[in-house]
Amino acid sequence: MDYAAATYVRFEVKKTMGKYFSEEFGNPSSFNAIGLSAKNAVESSREKIAKILGCSQKEVIFTGSGTESINLAIKGIANAMKNKGKHIITSKVEHHAALNTCKFLEENGFEVTYLDTDRYGLVHSKDVEKAIRKDTILITIMYANNEIGTINPISEIGRIARKHNIPFHTDACQAAGFLDINVNRLNVDLMTINSGKIYGPKGIGLLYVKKGILIEPLIHGGGQEFGLRSGTENVPYIVGFAKALELAQKEKNKESKRLKKLRDMLIKKLLKIPKTILNGHPKKRLPNNVNITFLDVEGEALLLLLNEYGIYAATGSACASEKLEPSHVILAIGLPYEAAHGSIRFTLGKKTTRQDIDKVAGVLPKLVENLRCISPVDVKMSTIRELMRR
Amino acid sequence: MKKYDIESGVKGWFYSKIVREHFLRPKNFLIKDKEKNYRADGVGYVGSVACGDVMQVWIKVDKIKDVIKDMRWRTYGCGSAISSTSMLSVMVKGMKIDKALKITPQNIIKKLGGLPARKYHCSVLGDKALRDAINDYFRKTKQFNRIVKEGARIIDPKTKTTDKDIEEAVKDGAVTLQDVQKKLKVGIGNPRVIPEVEQLIRFYKKKYPR
Repeated sequence: MDYAAATYVRFEVKKTMGKYFSEEFGNPSSFNAIGLSAKNAVESSREKIAKILGCSQKEVIFTGSGTESINLAIKGIANAMKNKGKHIITSKVEHHAALNTCKFLEENGFEVTYLDTDRYGLVHSKDVEKAIRKDTILITIMYANNEIGTINPISEIGRIARKHNIPFHTDACQAAGFLDINVNRLNVDLMTINSGKIYGPKGIGLLYVKKGILIEPLIHGGGQEFGLRSGTENVPYIVGFAKALELAQKEKNKESKRLKKLRDMLIKKLLKIPKTILNGHPKKRLPNNVNITFLDVEGEALLLLLNEYGIYAATGSACASEKLEPSHVILAIGLPYEAAHGSIRFTLGKKTTRQDIDKVAGVLPKLVENLRCISPVDVKMSTIRELMRR
Repeated sequence: MKKYDIESGVKGWFYSKIVREHFLRPKNFLIKDKEKNYRADGVGYVGSVACGDVMQVWIKVDKIKDVIKDMRWRTYGCGSAISSTSMLSVMVKGMKIDKALKITPQNIIKKLGGLPARKYHCSVLGDKALRDAINDYFRKTKQFNRIVKEGARIIDPKTKTTDKDIEEAVKDGAVTLQDVQKKLKVGIGNPRVIPEVEQLIRFYKKKYPR
Protein backbone atom coordinates (compact mmCIF):
# COMPACT_ATOMS: atom_id res chain seq x y z
CA MET A 1 0.00 0.00 0.00
CA ASP A 2 2.72 2.38 -1.03
CA TYR A 3 1.69 2.98 -4.64
CA ALA A 4 2.36 6.72 -4.36
CA ALA A 5 6.03 5.87 -3.93
CA ALA A 6 6.26 3.52 -6.88
CA THR A 7 4.03 1.42 -9.09
CA TYR A 8 5.02 -1.79 -10.82
CA VAL A 9 5.43 -1.68 -14.61
CA ARG A 10 2.29 -3.20 -16.01
CA PHE A 11 2.44 -6.04 -18.48
CA GLU A 12 1.10 -4.13 -21.50
CA VAL A 13 3.68 -1.41 -20.97
CA LYS A 14 6.58 -3.82 -20.64
CA LYS A 15 5.45 -5.54 -23.80
CA THR A 16 5.44 -2.39 -25.93
CA MET A 17 8.89 -1.44 -24.66
CA GLY A 18 10.47 -4.82 -25.36
CA LYS A 19 11.70 -4.50 -28.93
CA TYR A 20 13.25 -1.07 -28.44
CA PHE A 21 16.06 -2.42 -26.29
CA SER A 22 17.97 -4.78 -28.57
CA GLU A 23 16.12 -4.94 -31.89
CA GLU A 24 15.04 -1.42 -32.75
CA PHE A 25 17.83 0.21 -30.82
CA GLY A 26 18.54 3.05 -33.22
CA ASN A 27 19.31 6.67 -32.40
CA PRO A 28 16.39 8.87 -33.43
CA SER A 29 18.88 11.44 -34.72
CA SER A 30 20.58 8.98 -37.09
CA PHE A 31 19.86 9.20 -40.77
CA ASN A 32 19.27 5.49 -41.38
CA ALA A 33 16.54 2.89 -41.17
CA ILE A 34 16.82 1.91 -37.50
CA GLY A 35 17.27 5.56 -36.58
CA LEU A 36 14.10 6.40 -38.45
CA SER A 37 12.11 3.67 -36.77
CA ALA A 38 13.30 4.92 -33.37
CA LYS A 39 12.34 8.45 -34.34
CA ASN A 40 8.92 7.26 -35.41
CA ALA A 41 8.47 5.46 -32.09
CA VAL A 42 9.33 8.62 -30.16
CA GLU A 43 7.18 10.88 -32.30
CA SER A 44 4.14 8.62 -32.27
CA SER A 45 4.47 8.43 -28.46
CA ARG A 46 4.66 12.20 -28.32
CA GLU A 47 1.58 12.43 -30.52
CA LYS A 48 -0.35 10.07 -28.26
CA ILE A 49 0.57 12.10 -25.20
CA ALA A 50 -0.16 15.43 -26.89
CA LYS A 51 -3.62 14.16 -27.69
CA ILE A 52 -4.25 13.24 -24.06
CA LEU A 53 -2.99 16.60 -22.80
CA GLY A 54 -4.87 18.50 -25.50
CA CYS A 55 -1.77 20.24 -26.79
CA SER A 56 0.48 20.15 -29.84
CA GLN A 57 3.37 17.70 -30.14
CA LYS A 58 5.95 20.45 -29.98
CA GLU A 59 4.77 21.29 -26.49
CA VAL A 60 5.73 17.91 -25.00
CA ILE A 61 9.33 17.66 -23.73
CA PHE A 62 10.60 14.30 -22.51
CA THR A 63 12.94 14.38 -19.50
CA GLY A 64 14.58 11.90 -17.15
CA SER A 65 12.12 12.20 -14.24
CA GLY A 66 9.42 14.25 -12.56
CA THR A 67 12.14 15.95 -10.57
CA GLU A 68 13.99 16.94 -13.73
CA SER A 69 10.81 18.32 -15.29
CA ILE A 70 10.15 20.44 -12.21
CA ASN A 71 13.73 21.68 -12.24
CA LEU A 72 13.46 22.53 -15.92
CA ALA A 73 10.20 24.38 -15.39
CA ILE A 74 11.33 26.44 -12.41
CA LYS A 75 14.97 27.09 -13.24
CA GLY A 76 14.27 27.28 -16.95
CA ILE A 77 11.69 30.04 -16.49
CA ALA A 78 13.77 31.81 -13.86
CA ASN A 79 16.77 31.91 -16.20
CA ALA A 80 14.74 33.08 -19.14
CA MET A 81 12.83 35.75 -17.22
CA LYS A 82 15.43 37.00 -14.75
CA ASN A 83 15.56 40.37 -16.45
CA LYS A 84 11.81 40.81 -16.06
CA GLY A 85 11.59 39.90 -12.41
CA LYS A 86 12.89 37.79 -9.58
CA HIS A 87 9.78 36.67 -7.75
CA ILE A 88 8.33 33.16 -7.69
CA ILE A 89 5.17 31.93 -5.94
CA THR A 90 4.85 28.38 -4.65
CA SER A 91 3.34 26.64 -1.60
CA LYS A 92 4.71 25.12 1.59
CA VAL A 93 3.44 21.64 0.77
CA GLU A 94 5.15 21.14 -2.60
CA HIS A 95 7.35 18.15 -3.30
CA HIS A 96 11.02 18.65 -2.39
CA ALA A 97 11.79 18.76 -6.10
CA ALA A 98 10.01 22.13 -6.24
CA LEU A 99 10.87 23.40 -2.75
CA ASN A 100 14.58 22.74 -2.96
CA THR A 101 14.78 24.15 -6.48
CA CYS A 102 13.13 27.32 -5.17
CA LYS A 103 15.55 27.40 -2.23
CA PHE A 104 18.44 27.10 -4.66
CA LEU A 105 17.10 30.05 -6.64
CA GLU A 106 16.71 32.05 -3.43
CA GLU A 107 20.41 31.57 -2.82
CA ASN A 108 20.95 33.01 -6.28
CA GLY A 109 19.09 36.24 -5.88
CA PHE A 110 15.48 35.21 -6.52
CA GLU A 111 12.67 35.83 -4.07
CA VAL A 112 10.15 33.10 -3.31
CA THR A 113 6.77 33.30 -1.58
CA TYR A 114 5.86 29.98 0.05
CA LEU A 115 2.08 30.12 0.43
CA ASP A 116 0.39 28.69 3.49
CA THR A 117 -2.35 26.14 2.96
CA ASP A 118 -5.46 25.59 5.00
CA ARG A 119 -5.58 22.74 7.52
CA TYR A 120 -6.45 20.31 4.73
CA GLY A 121 -3.39 21.24 2.70
CA LEU A 122 -5.41 23.20 0.16
CA VAL A 123 -3.86 26.20 -1.61
CA HIS A 124 -6.48 28.93 -2.05
CA SER A 125 -6.54 30.85 -5.31
CA LYS A 126 -7.21 34.13 -3.54
CA ASP A 127 -3.97 33.66 -1.59
CA VAL A 128 -2.15 33.14 -4.87
CA GLU A 129 -3.62 36.34 -6.25
CA LYS A 130 -2.67 38.30 -3.12
CA ALA A 131 0.93 37.12 -3.41
CA ILE A 132 1.34 38.31 -7.00
CA ARG A 133 3.77 41.19 -7.44
CA LYS A 134 4.86 43.24 -10.42
CA ASP A 135 8.05 41.21 -10.65
CA THR A 136 6.42 37.76 -10.31
CA ILE A 137 7.74 35.56 -13.10
CA LEU A 138 6.36 32.14 -12.17
CA ILE A 139 3.65 30.45 -10.13
CA THR A 140 4.22 26.78 -9.37
CA ILE A 141 1.59 24.85 -7.39
CA MET A 142 1.19 21.09 -7.26
CA TYR A 143 -1.96 19.45 -8.63
CA ALA A 144 -2.35 16.78 -5.95
CA ASN A 145 -0.24 16.33 -2.86
CA ASN A 146 1.92 13.22 -2.67
CA GLU A 147 1.64 12.82 1.10
CA ILE A 148 -1.91 13.77 2.01
CA GLY A 149 -3.59 13.53 -1.39
CA THR A 150 -5.20 16.98 -1.32
CA ILE A 151 -6.27 18.18 -4.78
CA ASN A 152 -5.70 21.86 -5.50
CA PRO A 153 -8.01 24.08 -7.61
CA ILE A 154 -5.52 24.22 -10.48
CA SER A 155 -7.94 25.52 -13.09
CA GLU A 156 -8.90 28.43 -10.80
CA ILE A 157 -5.30 29.29 -9.98
CA GLY A 158 -4.54 29.03 -13.69
CA ARG A 159 -7.21 31.60 -14.48
CA ILE A 160 -5.64 34.03 -12.06
CA ALA A 161 -2.18 33.43 -13.52
CA ARG A 162 -3.58 34.11 -17.02
CA LYS A 163 -5.26 37.28 -15.84
CA HIS A 164 -1.92 38.59 -14.61
CA ASN A 165 0.00 37.11 -17.52
CA ILE A 166 2.32 35.02 -15.34
CA PRO A 167 3.51 31.55 -16.40
CA PHE A 168 1.90 28.82 -14.29
CA HIS A 169 3.44 25.39 -13.70
CA THR A 170 1.81 22.46 -11.96
CA ASP A 171 3.37 19.23 -10.72
CA ALA A 172 0.82 16.60 -11.75
CA CYS A 173 2.88 13.49 -10.91
CA GLN A 174 0.38 12.12 -8.40
CA ALA A 175 -2.63 13.30 -10.39
CA ALA A 176 -1.94 11.73 -13.78
CA GLY A 177 -3.35 8.35 -12.83
CA PHE A 178 -6.67 9.68 -11.53
CA LEU A 179 -7.52 13.20 -12.65
CA ASP A 180 -8.15 15.26 -15.76
CA ILE A 181 -4.82 16.38 -17.21
CA ASN A 182 -6.10 18.40 -20.15
CA VAL A 183 -3.91 21.51 -20.16
CA ASN A 184 -6.63 23.72 -21.64
CA ARG A 185 -9.16 22.87 -19.00
CA LEU A 186 -6.49 23.27 -16.30
CA ASN A 187 -5.29 26.65 -17.60
CA VAL A 188 -1.66 25.67 -17.11
CA ASP A 189 1.38 26.84 -19.07
CA LEU A 190 3.68 24.12 -17.85
CA MET A 191 2.92 20.71 -16.38
CA THR A 192 5.09 17.91 -15.02
CA ILE A 193 4.14 14.25 -15.27
CA ASN A 194 6.28 11.19 -14.66
CA SER A 195 5.90 7.59 -15.62
CA GLY A 196 6.94 5.74 -12.45
CA LYS A 197 3.67 6.61 -10.69
CA ILE A 198 1.35 5.37 -13.42
CA TYR A 199 2.59 1.79 -13.93
CA GLY A 200 5.27 2.85 -16.40
CA PRO A 201 9.05 2.62 -16.06
CA LYS A 202 10.93 4.87 -13.63
CA GLY A 203 13.46 7.32 -15.04
CA ILE A 204 11.23 9.07 -17.58
CA GLY A 205 9.10 12.15 -17.25
CA LEU A 206 7.75 14.99 -19.32
CA LEU A 207 7.24 18.68 -19.15
CA TYR A 208 4.43 20.31 -21.08
CA VAL A 209 5.56 23.78 -22.17
CA LYS A 210 2.94 25.97 -23.79
CA LYS A 211 3.97 27.58 -27.04
CA GLY A 212 5.29 31.08 -26.50
CA ILE A 213 6.52 30.51 -22.94
CA LEU A 214 10.08 31.73 -22.51
CA ILE A 215 12.25 29.00 -21.04
CA GLU A 216 15.95 28.12 -21.01
CA PRO A 217 17.20 24.52 -21.17
CA LEU A 218 19.16 23.03 -18.28
CA ILE A 219 20.97 20.51 -20.46
CA HIS A 220 22.72 21.74 -23.59
CA GLY A 221 23.97 19.54 -26.37
CA GLY A 222 22.63 18.12 -29.58
CA GLY A 223 19.40 20.07 -29.40
CA GLN A 224 16.98 17.19 -28.93
CA GLU A 225 13.48 17.82 -27.56
CA PHE A 226 13.16 21.11 -29.45
CA GLY A 227 16.38 22.32 -27.90
CA LEU A 228 15.01 22.10 -24.38
CA ARG A 229 16.56 18.81 -23.30
CA SER A 230 19.58 17.58 -25.19
CA GLY A 231 20.71 13.99 -25.04
CA THR A 232 19.72 10.93 -27.05
CA GLU A 233 16.07 10.12 -26.43
CA ASN A 234 15.33 7.16 -24.14
CA VAL A 235 13.28 5.39 -26.79
CA PRO A 236 11.96 2.31 -24.93
CA TYR A 237 11.04 4.38 -21.88
CA ILE A 238 9.30 7.04 -23.93
CA VAL A 239 7.26 4.32 -25.65
CA GLY A 240 6.46 2.73 -22.28
CA PHE A 241 5.53 6.08 -20.73
CA ALA A 242 3.10 6.88 -23.55
CA LYS A 243 1.46 3.49 -23.23
CA ALA A 244 1.21 3.81 -19.45
CA LEU A 245 -0.34 7.28 -19.67
CA GLU A 246 -2.75 6.16 -22.34
CA LEU A 247 -3.95 3.23 -20.22
CA ALA A 248 -4.06 5.26 -17.01
CA GLN A 249 -6.22 7.96 -18.56
CA LYS A 250 -8.47 5.42 -20.24
CA GLU A 251 -9.08 3.59 -16.98
CA LYS A 252 -9.04 6.56 -14.63
CA ASN A 253 -12.77 6.94 -14.07
CA LYS A 254 -13.40 3.31 -13.35
CA GLU A 255 -10.29 2.86 -11.24
CA SER A 256 -10.92 6.09 -9.32
CA LYS A 257 -14.41 4.96 -8.45
CA ARG A 258 -13.17 1.59 -7.26
CA LEU A 259 -10.35 3.03 -5.18
CA LYS A 260 -12.45 5.80 -3.66
CA LYS A 261 -14.73 3.17 -2.22
CA LEU A 262 -11.81 1.24 -0.73
CA ARG A 263 -10.16 4.46 0.47
CA ASP A 264 -13.24 5.63 2.33
CA MET A 265 -13.75 2.20 3.80
CA LEU A 266 -10.18 2.18 5.15
CA ILE A 267 -10.44 5.74 6.48
CA LYS A 268 -13.68 4.95 8.25
CA LYS A 269 -12.26 1.83 9.85
CA LEU A 270 -9.01 3.41 10.95
CA LEU A 271 -10.68 6.47 12.45
CA LYS A 272 -12.51 4.11 14.78
CA ILE A 273 -9.19 3.58 16.56
CA PRO A 274 -9.07 6.06 19.46
CA LYS A 275 -6.90 9.18 19.15
CA THR A 276 -6.59 9.28 15.38
CA ILE A 277 -6.68 12.21 12.96
CA LEU A 278 -7.30 12.17 9.20
CA ASN A 279 -4.69 14.28 7.44
CA GLY A 280 -5.70 15.99 4.21
CA HIS A 281 -9.07 16.89 2.77
CA PRO A 282 -11.99 14.50 3.32
CA LYS A 283 -13.40 15.08 -0.20
CA LYS A 284 -10.88 16.90 -2.39
CA ARG A 285 -8.57 13.97 -2.14
CA LEU A 286 -6.80 11.55 -4.47
CA PRO A 287 -8.83 8.33 -4.75
CA ASN A 288 -5.89 6.27 -3.53
CA ASN A 289 -4.63 8.28 -0.56
CA VAL A 290 -5.19 7.56 3.14
CA ASN A 291 -3.09 9.51 5.64
CA ILE A 292 -3.79 9.11 9.34
CA THR A 293 -2.07 10.19 12.53
CA PHE A 294 -2.03 7.80 15.46
CA LEU A 295 -1.25 9.73 18.64
CA ASP A 296 1.26 8.39 21.18
CA VAL A 297 2.77 6.13 18.55
CA GLU A 298 5.81 6.82 16.43
CA GLY A 299 5.37 6.17 12.71
CA GLU A 300 8.54 4.25 11.97
CA ALA A 301 7.83 1.71 14.70
CA LEU A 302 4.35 1.20 13.29
CA LEU A 303 5.75 0.77 9.76
CA LEU A 304 8.16 -1.90 10.99
CA LEU A 305 5.31 -3.82 12.61
CA LEU A 306 3.15 -3.52 9.47
CA ASN A 307 6.14 -4.73 7.46
CA GLU A 308 6.03 -7.94 9.51
CA TYR A 309 2.53 -8.53 8.15
CA GLY A 310 3.63 -7.83 4.60
CA ILE A 311 1.89 -4.44 4.61
CA TYR A 312 4.03 -1.66 3.17
CA ALA A 313 3.17 1.92 4.01
CA ALA A 314 4.97 5.25 4.47
CA THR A 315 5.31 7.70 7.36
CA GLY A 316 5.85 11.41 7.89
CA SER A 317 7.81 10.71 11.05
CA ALA A 318 11.27 12.14 11.49
CA CYS A 319 12.69 8.76 12.44
CA ALA A 320 12.11 7.35 9.00
CA SER A 321 13.70 10.25 7.16
CA GLU A 322 17.34 11.02 6.61
CA LYS A 323 16.96 14.50 8.02
CA LEU A 324 15.35 13.51 11.31
CA GLU A 325 12.69 16.18 10.79
CA PRO A 326 9.04 15.24 10.45
CA SER A 327 7.26 15.77 7.14
CA HIS A 328 7.07 19.40 6.00
CA VAL A 329 3.57 18.73 4.64
CA ILE A 330 2.20 17.43 7.91
CA LEU A 331 3.73 20.38 9.78
CA ALA A 332 2.45 22.85 7.16
CA ILE A 333 -1.16 21.76 7.65
CA GLY A 334 -0.78 22.70 11.30
CA LEU A 335 -0.19 19.40 13.04
CA PRO A 336 2.11 19.85 16.01
CA TYR A 337 5.31 17.79 16.13
CA GLU A 338 3.69 15.45 18.65
CA ALA A 339 1.18 14.39 16.02
CA ALA A 340 3.45 14.63 12.99
CA HIS A 341 5.63 11.75 14.18
CA GLY A 342 2.65 9.41 14.23
CA SER A 343 1.39 9.93 10.68
CA ILE A 344 1.08 6.97 8.33
CA ARG A 345 0.30 7.05 4.61
CA PHE A 346 -1.37 4.19 2.80
CA THR A 347 -1.67 4.60 -0.96
CA LEU A 348 -3.81 2.14 -2.84
CA GLY A 349 -3.35 0.87 -6.36
CA LYS A 350 -4.33 -1.55 -9.06
CA LYS A 351 -3.73 -4.68 -7.04
CA THR A 352 -5.35 -3.41 -3.85
CA THR A 353 -8.47 -5.37 -3.01
CA ARG A 354 -11.19 -5.34 -0.44
CA GLN A 355 -9.30 -8.16 1.31
CA ASP A 356 -6.23 -5.93 1.68
CA ILE A 357 -8.31 -3.20 3.27
CA ASP A 358 -9.81 -5.71 5.68
CA LYS A 359 -6.36 -7.02 6.50
CA VAL A 360 -4.95 -3.59 7.34
CA ALA A 361 -8.05 -2.60 9.28
CA GLY A 362 -7.90 -5.92 11.10
CA VAL A 363 -4.23 -5.80 12.07
CA LEU A 364 -3.67 -2.11 12.74
CA PRO A 365 -5.75 -1.54 15.91
CA LYS A 366 -3.84 -4.30 17.68
CA LEU A 367 -0.44 -2.95 16.54
CA VAL A 368 -1.29 0.58 17.62
CA GLU A 369 -2.53 -0.78 20.94
CA ASN A 370 0.72 -2.74 21.44
CA LEU A 371 2.87 0.31 20.81
CA ARG A 372 0.71 2.49 23.02
CA CYS A 373 1.05 -0.13 25.71
CA ILE A 374 4.82 0.37 25.85
CA SER A 375 4.63 4.14 25.26
CA PRO A 376 5.07 6.54 28.19
CA VAL A 377 3.33 9.26 26.21
CA ASP A 378 -0.31 10.19 26.55
CA VAL A 379 -1.01 13.33 24.53
CA LYS A 380 -4.58 14.56 24.87
CA MET A 381 -6.71 14.82 21.74
CA SER A 382 -8.08 18.09 23.07
CA THR A 383 -4.55 19.53 23.33
CA ILE A 384 -3.79 18.62 19.73
CA ARG A 385 -7.12 20.06 18.56
CA GLU A 386 -6.39 23.24 20.48
CA LEU A 387 -2.97 23.53 18.84
CA MET A 388 -4.40 22.88 15.39
CA ARG A 389 -6.96 25.65 15.73
CA ARG A 390 -4.22 28.26 15.99
CA MET B 1 32.30 -1.84 15.57
CA LYS B 2 30.44 -3.39 12.72
CA LYS B 3 28.04 -0.90 11.17
CA TYR B 4 24.75 -2.08 9.81
CA ASP B 5 22.86 -0.23 7.23
CA ILE B 6 19.76 -0.74 5.19
CA GLU B 7 21.57 -3.16 2.89
CA SER B 8 22.74 -5.49 5.65
CA GLY B 9 20.85 -6.98 8.54
CA VAL B 10 18.03 -9.42 7.93
CA LYS B 11 16.45 -9.67 4.51
CA GLY B 12 13.51 -7.29 4.24
CA TRP B 13 14.48 -5.68 7.53
CA PHE B 14 16.33 -2.48 8.24
CA TYR B 15 18.17 -3.38 11.44
CA SER B 16 20.21 -6.26 12.88
CA LYS B 17 18.66 -9.54 14.01
CA ILE B 18 19.05 -8.56 17.66
CA VAL B 19 17.28 -5.23 17.11
CA ARG B 20 14.47 -7.06 15.40
CA GLU B 21 14.12 -9.54 18.25
CA HIS B 22 13.95 -6.78 20.89
CA PHE B 23 11.56 -4.73 18.77
CA LEU B 24 9.12 -7.51 18.03
CA ARG B 25 9.36 -9.08 21.48
CA PRO B 26 10.36 -6.28 23.84
CA LYS B 27 11.68 -7.45 27.21
CA ASN B 28 10.80 -6.07 30.64
CA PHE B 29 8.47 -3.26 29.68
CA LEU B 30 6.03 -1.99 32.25
CA ILE B 31 2.41 -2.15 31.16
CA LYS B 32 0.47 1.09 31.42
CA ASP B 33 -1.02 1.77 34.88
CA LYS B 34 0.96 -1.05 36.49
CA GLU B 35 3.69 1.19 37.92
CA LYS B 36 2.03 1.39 41.35
CA ASN B 37 2.24 -2.35 41.84
CA TYR B 38 5.84 -2.34 40.72
CA ARG B 39 7.03 -0.21 43.68
CA ALA B 40 10.11 1.18 42.00
CA ASP B 41 13.05 2.47 44.00
CA GLY B 42 13.83 5.02 41.32
CA VAL B 43 12.11 6.52 38.28
CA GLY B 44 13.76 8.26 35.32
CA TYR B 45 12.59 10.14 32.25
CA VAL B 46 14.26 11.48 29.14
CA GLY B 47 13.33 12.81 25.71
CA SER B 48 10.44 14.79 24.29
CA VAL B 49 7.37 13.91 22.29
CA ALA B 50 8.06 16.76 19.93
CA CYS B 51 11.46 15.31 19.05
CA GLY B 52 9.98 11.87 18.60
CA ASP B 53 11.59 9.90 21.43
CA VAL B 54 10.58 9.56 25.06
CA MET B 55 11.84 6.98 27.54
CA GLN B 56 10.70 6.25 31.04
CA VAL B 57 12.56 3.86 33.29
CA TRP B 58 11.77 2.23 36.64
CA ILE B 59 14.43 0.44 38.72
CA LYS B 60 14.51 -1.76 41.76
CA VAL B 61 17.67 -1.77 43.83
CA ASP B 62 19.24 -4.30 46.17
CA LYS B 63 20.27 -1.75 48.78
CA ILE B 64 22.81 -3.94 50.55
CA LYS B 65 24.67 -5.14 47.48
CA ASP B 66 24.17 -1.76 45.70
CA VAL B 67 22.97 -3.67 42.65
CA ILE B 68 20.12 -3.03 40.19
CA LYS B 69 17.78 -5.97 40.71
CA ASP B 70 15.42 -5.12 37.92
CA MET B 71 14.66 -2.46 35.35
CA ARG B 72 11.34 -1.78 33.60
CA TRP B 73 10.64 0.78 30.89
CA ARG B 74 8.27 2.36 28.45
CA THR B 75 9.38 3.98 25.20
CA TYR B 76 7.81 6.19 22.57
CA GLY B 77 9.94 6.19 19.46
CA CYS B 78 11.13 4.34 16.43
CA GLY B 79 12.11 0.68 16.24
CA SER B 80 15.66 1.25 17.37
CA ALA B 81 14.53 3.38 20.31
CA ILE B 82 12.29 0.58 21.53
CA SER B 83 14.97 -2.08 20.98
CA SER B 84 17.71 -0.10 22.68
CA THR B 85 15.68 0.45 25.85
CA SER B 86 14.69 -3.21 25.87
CA MET B 87 18.34 -4.22 25.48
CA LEU B 88 19.36 -1.87 28.29
CA SER B 89 16.86 -3.50 30.64
CA VAL B 90 18.50 -6.86 29.97
CA MET B 91 22.01 -5.47 30.36
CA VAL B 92 21.54 -3.83 33.76
CA LYS B 93 19.84 -6.67 35.56
CA GLY B 94 22.18 -7.61 38.44
CA MET B 95 24.61 -4.83 37.60
CA LYS B 96 26.42 -2.78 40.25
CA ILE B 97 25.03 0.75 40.36
CA ASP B 98 28.44 2.32 39.82
CA LYS B 99 28.86 0.27 36.67
CA ALA B 100 25.34 1.02 35.46
CA LEU B 101 26.03 4.74 35.77
CA LYS B 102 28.83 4.36 33.23
CA ILE B 103 26.78 2.71 30.48
CA THR B 104 27.09 4.66 27.22
CA PRO B 105 24.98 4.60 24.04
CA GLN B 106 27.93 2.87 22.37
CA ASN B 107 27.71 -0.05 24.85
CA ILE B 108 24.03 -0.51 23.99
CA ILE B 109 24.57 -0.19 20.24
CA LYS B 110 27.33 -2.81 20.38
CA LYS B 111 25.05 -5.24 22.20
CA LEU B 112 22.38 -4.64 19.57
CA GLY B 113 24.75 -5.67 16.80
CA GLY B 114 24.99 -2.13 15.47
CA LEU B 115 22.57 0.56 14.30
CA PRO B 116 22.48 2.80 11.22
CA ALA B 117 24.65 5.83 12.01
CA ARG B 118 21.84 8.36 11.83
CA LYS B 119 20.03 6.51 14.62
CA TYR B 120 22.88 6.90 17.15
CA HIS B 121 21.96 10.18 18.75
CA CYS B 122 18.21 10.25 18.70
CA SER B 123 17.18 6.75 19.50
CA VAL B 124 19.65 5.62 22.15
CA LEU B 125 18.64 7.65 25.16
CA GLY B 126 18.03 4.80 27.58
CA ASP B 127 21.32 5.33 29.42
CA LYS B 128 20.23 8.87 30.29
CA ALA B 129 16.84 7.71 31.51
CA LEU B 130 18.60 5.07 33.62
CA ARG B 131 20.94 7.66 35.18
CA ASP B 132 17.91 9.80 35.92
CA ALA B 133 16.30 6.84 37.67
CA ILE B 134 19.46 6.06 39.66
CA ASN B 135 19.68 9.71 40.73
CA ASP B 136 16.09 9.48 41.82
CA TYR B 137 17.00 6.43 43.91
CA PHE B 138 19.96 8.30 45.44
CA ARG B 139 17.66 11.19 46.29
CA LYS B 140 15.07 8.96 47.89
CA THR B 141 17.69 7.14 49.96
CA LYS B 142 19.41 10.40 50.88
CA GLN B 143 22.71 9.49 49.20
CA PHE B 144 23.01 13.03 47.93
CA ASN B 145 26.79 12.87 47.47
CA ARG B 146 26.32 10.18 44.83
CA ILE B 147 23.93 12.15 42.59
CA VAL B 148 25.39 12.68 39.12
CA LYS B 149 24.43 16.10 37.85
CA GLU B 150 23.12 16.29 34.30
CA GLY B 151 22.26 19.56 32.69
CA ALA B 152 18.64 20.62 32.78
CA ARG B 153 16.86 20.62 29.43
CA ILE B 154 15.12 23.72 28.14
CA ILE B 155 11.48 23.02 27.35
CA ASP B 156 10.32 26.51 26.43
CA PRO B 157 13.07 28.60 24.88
CA LYS B 158 10.99 31.78 25.16
CA THR B 159 10.68 31.63 28.94
CA LYS B 160 13.85 29.54 29.41
CA THR B 161 11.81 27.02 31.39
CA THR B 162 13.60 23.72 31.97
CA ASP B 163 12.32 20.28 32.88
CA LYS B 164 13.80 20.83 36.34
CA ASP B 165 11.69 23.99 36.76
CA ILE B 166 8.57 21.98 35.98
CA GLU B 167 9.70 19.25 38.37
CA GLU B 168 10.11 21.81 41.15
CA ALA B 169 6.71 23.36 40.37
CA VAL B 170 5.02 19.97 40.68
CA LYS B 171 6.93 19.22 43.88
CA ASP B 172 5.64 22.57 45.14
CA GLY B 173 2.09 21.39 44.63
CA ALA B 174 1.17 22.40 41.07
CA VAL B 175 -1.30 19.88 39.66
CA THR B 176 -2.66 21.29 36.41
CA LEU B 177 -1.12 23.07 33.47
CA GLN B 178 -2.67 26.28 34.73
CA ASP B 179 -0.99 25.84 38.13
CA VAL B 180 2.37 25.40 36.48
CA GLN B 181 1.78 28.33 34.14
CA LYS B 182 0.96 30.55 37.14
CA LYS B 183 4.40 29.79 38.50
CA LEU B 184 6.44 29.63 35.31
CA LYS B 185 4.49 31.24 32.46
CA VAL B 186 5.66 28.30 30.38
CA GLY B 187 3.97 27.90 27.01
CA ILE B 188 2.15 31.22 27.18
CA GLY B 189 2.68 32.69 23.74
CA ASN B 190 4.40 29.47 22.69
CA PRO B 191 1.60 26.90 22.68
CA ARG B 192 3.66 24.38 20.71
CA VAL B 193 5.46 23.35 23.87
CA ILE B 194 2.29 22.66 25.85
CA PRO B 195 1.89 18.94 25.06
CA GLU B 196 5.41 18.42 26.31
CA VAL B 197 4.77 20.43 29.48
CA GLU B 198 1.61 18.40 30.12
CA GLN B 199 3.58 15.23 29.57
CA LEU B 200 6.18 16.31 32.14
CA ILE B 201 3.52 17.36 34.63
CA ARG B 202 1.96 13.91 34.35
CA PHE B 203 5.34 12.29 34.81
CA TYR B 204 6.35 14.32 37.85
CA LYS B 205 2.91 13.90 39.42
CA LYS B 206 3.43 10.16 39.26
CA LYS B 207 6.97 10.53 40.54
CA TYR B 208 5.90 12.63 43.52
CA PRO B 209 2.49 11.31 44.53
CA ARG B 210 0.74 13.39 47.16
